[in-house]
Amino acid sequence: MWGWILLASAIAFGTKLLGYLVPATLLDDPRMLRTANAVTIGLLSALVVMNTAAAGQGLLLDARLGAVVAAAVALALRAPFLVVVITGALAAAGLRLLGFP
Amino acid sequence: MNGMDSMTRLGRHPAFRTGASVAVATGLYGISFGALGVAAGLDVWQTIALSALMFTGGSQFAFVGVLAGGGGGTAATGAAGLLGVRNAVYGIQLNAMMRPGPVLKPLAAHLTIDESAATSMAQPDPYGRRVGFWTAGVGVWTLWVAFTALGAVAGDLMGDPKAWGLDGAAAAAMLGLLWPRLKSGDAWALAAVTALVTAIALPLLPSGIPILVAGAVAGLWGWFGPTGRRDRDPEDGHAAGPEDSRPGARTVA
Repeated sequence: MWGWILLASAIAFGTKLLGYLVPATLLDDPRMLRTANAVTIGLLSALVVMNTAAAGQGLLLDARLGAVVAAAVALALRAPFLVVVITGALAAAGLRLLGFP
Repeated sequence: MNGMDSMTRLGRHPAFRTGASVAVATGLYGISFGALGVAAGLDVWQTIALSALMFTGGSQFAFVGVLAGGGGGTAATGAAGLLGVRNAVYGIQLNAMMRPGPVLKPLAAHLTIDESAATSMAQPDPYGRRVGFWTAGVGVWTLWVAFTALGAVAGDLMGDPKAWGLDGAAAAAMLGLLWPRLKSGDAWALAAVTALVTAIALPLLPSGIPILVAGAVAGLWGWFGPTGRRDRDPEDGHAAGPEDSRPGARTVA
């Protein structure tokens, strides 16, 4: 099993490093920059959905949805980042205390 | 003196505090990975090695998930490798934003995960992007490995991290990182479209792939979309707005 662990870790590192070997000057082009900006928003938005509703290969709506709604309210009220994160944790933990999945 | 001053400056930087918050929220989740790794049949050191060396949560959970489901090393390695592809996309962006030297590049690559990339990309200035990346990267790695060890040794005693709302904290953190980027109607529309694409793709495609589909859709949006046309129109006075947050905008002399 150690062999598989080291091989899988080497693949993970190689994949990461591959991205860093793409020339940085690629993004000096204004249109590439705009595209990179859009990709950033797309990736972050996808991460929000994944962290809110993903359950293996599938969707599951549970207390995490309440956590994101609570976090959105905190953000709309201009709360600092740490407060937003704690709000999310409290909302999820509170909803589960009330019996939500 | 200069060293202390720069440390003070670092500690007070909003990107440092954001990175530290992300590190705590994510690192604590290492408990559940540690517990799952041992439950899947790995020993304590193998479980810790996955967190220290593979260091990309989705791939790690997939690796032990396949083993727990009765799969072999080939299937576990394949699933983990596929899930890690998005880190290459982060690498392209982070490399262009931070331009690390040849010595730092491999280290930066190893610390490239969802959380460090997201923390860095959410910062408005180049210095903040570096501070955010290294704080979140080093912070998550340290806590993730430490709490993996704790979970592997004593995971069952801590109970389910969901009961503590840690999964809600992670979701809230991601929204907190996206939020500052939603300054225009165009950004909101793009975020909504990619969120919808992700939600549709999640049940249809293997995990790790939906985020790549969302990234591809966003790439097409940026290349062909309304932002591109508007920015090329010299008569539009608002065109400069979105440019403020572009990657590496001020790193080029």
